Amino acid sequence: MNLIEVKNFYKSFGKKIVHQGVDFAVKKGECLGLIGGSGTGKSVLLRSLIGLEHPDQGQVLFEGQDITKLSENQLIDIRKKIAYVFQGGALFDSMTVYENLAYPLRAHTKLPESEIQEKITFQLSEFGLQGTESVYPANLSGGMQKRVGLARSIILHPDIILYDEPTAGLDPFNTKRIQEMILQMKSKGHTSILVTHDMPVAFAVCDRIAMLMNGRIEAIGSVDEIEEKSNHLILQFVQGEIR
Amino acid sequence: MTTPAFLSLFYAALEILGGVGFLVKDFFHEGLRGKIETHLLIEQIYQIGSRSFPLIALTAVCEGMVMTLQFGFSLSKFGGQPYIPKIVSLSILREMGPVFTSLMIAARVGAGIASEVGSMVVTQQVDAMRALGTSPIKKIVVPRVLATTITLPILASLANVIGILGAIVIGKSELRLDSGFFIQKVLSTIVLSDFYSGIGKTVVFGILISFVACYYGLNVKEGAKEVGISTTKAVVTTSILILIGDFFLTKLFWIIEHAF
Ligand SMILES: Nc1ncnc2c1ncn2[C@@H]1O[C@H](COP(=O)(O)OP(=O)(O)O)[C@@H](O)[C@H]1O
Ligand SMILES: [Mg+2]
Repeated sequence: MNLIEVKNFYKSFGKKIVHQGVDFAVKKGECLGLIGGSGTGKSVLLRSLIGLEHPDQGQVLFEGQDITKLSENQLIDIRKKIAYVFQGGALFDSMTVYENLAYPLRAHTKLPESEIQEKITFQLSEFGLQGTESVYPANLSGGMQKRVGLARSIILHPDIILYDEPTAGLDPFNTKRIQEMILQMKSKGHTSILVTHDMPVAFAVCDRIAMLMNGRIEAIGSVDEIEEKSNHLILQFVQGEIR
Repeated sequence: MTTPAFLSLFYAALEILGGVGFLVKDFFHEGLRGKIETHLLIEQIYQIGSRSFPLIALTAVCEGMVMTLQFGFSLSKFGGQPYIPKIVSLSILREMGPVFTSLMIAARVGAGIASEVGSMVVTQQVDAMRALGTSPIKKIVVPRVLATTITLPILASLANVIGILGAIVIGKSELRLDSGFFIQKVLSTIVLSDFYSGIGKTVVFGILISFVACYYGLNVKEGAKEVGISTTKAVVTTSILILIGDFFLTKLFWIIEHAF
């Protein structure tokens, strides 16, 4: 069953055409990698899946429902089910780590403070962040900020997790750590889409990989298929250069 | 060629008007839906009030002292010194106190809001609010607009009192006007409508400053560099709007006062 389906997706900014007919679908429980050069529109596409961006044409279906026409108020229910992990963590810098994690819980649940605290303590220890409750984001390393960002976005137990370049700018140790966290979420049954240009990470965690090029999905398939095709595309590109 | 420059200014003005218009629409549609986050509102009122009060007090006391000196020197040529308390207090209440306070708040708070919100946009905190199923209009715009609109009239009222105190001090030390006489003259001159017509303006200016500053903050796109530019634009735009708006509001309040 397709949890997310993108159909005939078009998006331009002014004269700049970014997407011209993107089609793909994500099945329940799978992890789809979305790769492509910088500026090809990976983030815009990912943002459109939770209504942060609206296509000029086309559909984004979540559980069969087109979300592109929904108002901000109607999108709230979708956003509770789809988590978005921002590139830089996007933590609220005026709040402590604890307050950041409590934010979605206070907004969408009526849990008493004791249970909120319990959930936060559990989530932090799950991601190796225990003891950071009263720290402000500015005093955390980049890798830790990303981990707290991930913790915050999944604390409401979403069905789907969208990762935007979760390992960009991280050292190998932190990259490994994030990679493990993504696998951990996957093993718990979360469906996910991973935008990255870190091919080893994509190959390590994804079930299928989609390549965004020239405003379209140029190739989509299993990790092995894509490994073959991407070599082929690179070869084409190189030959084109030489000729 | 002056026309294109004029036209582009006109287009820019229309764009701001449209953008702020949409923000106002969202404010009523999205922001005021459900309950208002009172803890955020109280925090903003405290922030705006406590951060700005020393500046407002300094501005007010200086304006009171300078006006007393100026009127004192010019009126003494005609033996008009006894009119000083009347003129100074009316000018402060109806015009100088509210407008100077509003301009200072435009600079201090308007810049603060635009840069704070702008950097929240750049660091994707605003996107994160939406992604987490919450409304940045409710979390950011509503508390700032309400807090500025509530706080500005209070600060302007304090500025009126402080300005007149400054006038009394200078009246005594420089112009040898007895403080008791000064106060008595002030109290016998001013009526409630003098106070209202000045403070009424600040309510409008508070709404203007906060909406325009939020608009500039929320519309930062390119990154950290643009935050500075947007902040400057927010201050310039609100200051111009205050100066132009002052004329029309003065006229409006004059019509209202004389209609009753
Ligand atoms: N709000 C915007 N206004 C104008 N152009 C934008 C906007 N957002 C993205 N773009 C442009 O769309 C293209 C794709 O952006 P993005 O999705 O961020 O690329 P990436 O694949 O690197 O994540 C880029 O060329 C970018 O400049
Ligand atoms: Mg990107």
